[in-house]
Amino acid sequence: MNCREFVDFLMSYIEGDLESEPTRVFEEHMRLCPPCETYLDTYRDTIRLGRFACQDENGPPPAEVPEQLIQAILAARKQQTS
Amino acid sequence: MKAPDPDEAKLLAGLRAADESAYEVLVRTHSGRMLAVARRFMGNDDDAREAVQEAFVSAFRAMDRFDGDARLSTWLHRIVVNACLMKLRTRRRKPEESIDDLLPRFAENGHLHVSGAGWDGADRLIERGETRILVREAIEKLPDPYRTVLLLRDIEEFDTEQTAEALGLSKAAVKTRLHRARQALRQLLDEHFSRSGADDAEESR
Repeated sequence: MNCREFVDFLMSYIEGDLESEPTRVFEEHMRLCPPCETYLDTYRDTIRLGRFACQDENGPPPAEVPEQLIQAILAARKQQTS
Repeated sequence: MKAPDPDEAKLLAGLRAADESAYEVLVRTHSGRMLAVARRFMGNDDDAREAVQEAFVSAFRAMDRFDGDARLSTWLHRIVVNACLMKLRTRRRKPEESIDDLLPRFAENGHLHVSGAGWDGADRLIERGETRILVREAIEKLPDPYRTVLLLRDIEEFDTEQTAEALGLSKAAVKTRLHRARQALRQLLDEHFSRSGADDAEESR
């Protein structure tokens, strides 16, 4: 396996979609190739950081809503009921 | 199931009784979070506001069908995601932006070129105040077709099949696009988080 193939298989590897033999070859490449190991680590971190940044149940206050938009939505509601 | 929230139960009773002040509370309480979601999908404020307005109009129409099993916030979240997907489908396509520049580079012999010595790890990066905003900005830079797949799969946690269905793509296309989107996002974040990049910045001061 070369680095290009490693990167191609990376998503299947982390999602557990690789069979046992490709997994063995993949992990062997990773042991011998520090840049690919770094690439895998930072790819995983990317997914985690994306979740952290966007799933904001406990995050900072959400976007500030312009009063104009609130009024437009309420006007649309009135139109629906009339 | 979560214990019913008394405030939400009261609000819901107001909505069902067509009490207009309950509708105003609903809009004021939930529009901020919905706008944040819409901004991520649409990539600009104007389209995001339109999507939120359209989402509320759909929600008002469907209010009779809201069964109270889900929380209102969860229900409205789903509706605004759908409104964004509809809008993205009809939005005039920008000329196809390439993300090739953000994909990894390989030498002729197939060796990977990566910059730097990796990152400090997600745990430490999460502790840094600026990380959240840097990651959000990087996601916004992804071209629409890639950003949408990444948001649905990694943030909204749709599975491959649900994403394929929502976007009218094959499952294989969703997988390819997701992998490319994550690689591009990784590259954009590398500019901020790479330890060697940080060292360079120190040296240039």
